[in-house]
Amino acid sequence: MLLDVHDLNVYYGAIHALKGISFHVEKGEIVTLIGANGAGKSSTLNTISGLLRTRTGHIRFEDKEITRIEPQDIVKQGVVQVPEGRKIFATLTVMENLEMGAFIHDDKARIAEDLESVLQRFPRLRERRKQLGGTLSGGEQQMLAIARGLMARPSLLLLDEPSMGLSPILVEQIFEIIRDINEQGTSILLVEQNAQMALSIADRGYVLETGSVVNEGAAQDLLHNPSVIEAYLGGHG
Amino acid sequence: MNSTHTFLSTPPFIESLIKKKILGKLMLILLAAVVVWRMGTALVENPSLFLQQVINGLQLGFVYALIALGYTMVYGIVRLINFAHGDVFMVGAFMSFYAISRLQLHTWPSKLFPNMNSMLSVGIGSITVVILSMIVCALMAITIERVAYKPLRSAARISALITAIGVSFFLEYFGALPFVFSANYITYKRPFEVTTWVANGEGVQTLARGIEVPANSVIFSNIAVLIIVASIILMVLLQYTVTRTKIGKAMRAVAYDKQTAQLMGINVNMIISITFAIGAALAGAAGMLYAIAFPQVVFWMGIIPGLKSFVAAVLGGIGSIPGALVGALIMGQAETLSAAYISTPMRDAIAFSILIIVLLVRPTGIFGEATREKA
Repeated sequence: MLLDVHDLNVYYGAIHALKGISFHVEKGEIVTLIGANGAGKSSTLNTISGLLRTRTGHIRFEDKEITRIEPQDIVKQGVVQVPEGRKIFATLTVMENLEMGAFIHDDKARIAEDLESVLQRFPRLRERRKQLGGTLSGGEQQMLAIARGLMARPSLLLLDEPSMGLSPILVEQIFEIIRDINEQGTSILLVEQNAQMALSIADRGYVLETGSVVNEGAAQDLLHNPSVIEAYLGGHG
Repeated sequence: MNSTHTFLSTPPFIESLIKKKILGKLMLILLAAVVVWRMGTALVENPSLFLQQVINGLQLGFVYALIALGYTMVYGIVRLINFAHGDVFMVGAFMSFYAISRLQLHTWPSKLFPNMNSMLSVGIGSITVVILSMIVCALMAITIERVAYKPLRSAARISALITAIGVSFFLEYFGALPFVFSANYITYKRPFEVTTWVANGEGVQTLARGIEVPANSVIFSNIAVLIIVASIILMVLLQYTVTRTKIGKAMRAVAYDKQTAQLMGINVNMIISITFAIGAALAGAAGMLYAIAFPQVVFWMGIIPGLKSFVAAVLGGIGSIPGALVGALIMGQAETLSAAYISTPMRDAIAFSILIIVLLVRPTGIFGEATREKA
């Protein structure tokens, strides 16, 4: 088991945001968490990344306990999050954003190699490398956000709503890229509101509702599950 | 807006003027016109006097710039006006005082290498002293941040601000204790002799001690040269650090968005400490330069330069590094020119009215941007 999440209970003050969430990711998988706004998807990712703390349970990555370690140390373990809303450093250039992605690494030669490979994957970013991050379009920012995440050399990439606010063509492209990254050996935990797209590339999925896992299974099964279709795939399947 | 006017409310046309800030702008333009006119006539009447004031203002402005950078960097990263910053400057001045007067640290190169060129040995000795002051100030600022500010980072901003004022008083009155620094003025011993030059139409000459300054000439000293050159070197180093190094880029990333910076594996606490340390080191250097220029040290010496540098940072646009430099140079000029052409006792009043004008007319300062909305 690459990532083992067991019984997360997270509170924002008095609000009980995650109510005993458990799931796992196997090596090489794409696993998706789907659910409506406020179901607790982003809170789950932020708890894994160490930005939020769980009161109970544990998070294990490659059989190591990462439940209570600092966010920067979780990144060093290889668990890297591409946050919701892209969160590009608008006042830094595209290159500088990418360099920040590689912050935990010191080996200049390998960083240069990684840079070359992400710029090959995202040729648009090469054209814009000297521009400030804030000047990019939404699609370009999403590509930069993913590229920046890859610079950290993740073994598990946490993607939070990568399709948000993008046109259907761009969404197709982004999912193509996600599948490609996965095929090159990076396991992926994908949080999405676009359940159709997410389930179409995922191996397995978990359905979240108001802080709990209400359904889980192989992605293909969920795609044909009547209650999932009813709630997340726009009614009559 | 509902406009139910009672007889006490502002007439609508004045209200619209206020809304568009036209009155403020008009006042500012009028003020600028008066200042430009006064400076113009001063320049025409006596160019050498005017130039002299500009040189003095430049010297002061660069010291303010070094202090203002610390205010602006710390504000940029933790949104805190670090009112203890002026007192860090004071500690820097005292550290260099002890290093020179008690430890004779500035003489180590000449003791170790008696045959060394005296200018070189004084130079290396003074650099050693300034580096010591900078390190002490940096360590002190890291400690202050960890003990006083970090626990309040998620508290209301006013709490941290009040704490900063508390830290400021603590440093002042702790420094005033007889077994710490002193409650009295202490004469500062410069690490080198002062040389003064006279520049006029006939060129530049050394001004011998006790000789009167000839008419229509400008004097400047090795102190002014030192302050300006040292400040520029430090600012170039800072600029390089912030724009080119990994730590500097991380500082900008943390200033923009702490949570996302954490997701990059950046240790935000460490970056904040480094920012405090760099700001304090610059203030420490400024403390030594200021004490060399005005050779006295006293426990409250950081208050006024600290406040004026704060005004400089606000004028330039708090959070902006180039803004701190430009704001400080303007403050230096405003202070010396108003002392020369309006009245000496008025100069502080004028310096602080700049703060009021900036806050009224353009609260974001010269280089400031409108407050960024965070998603």
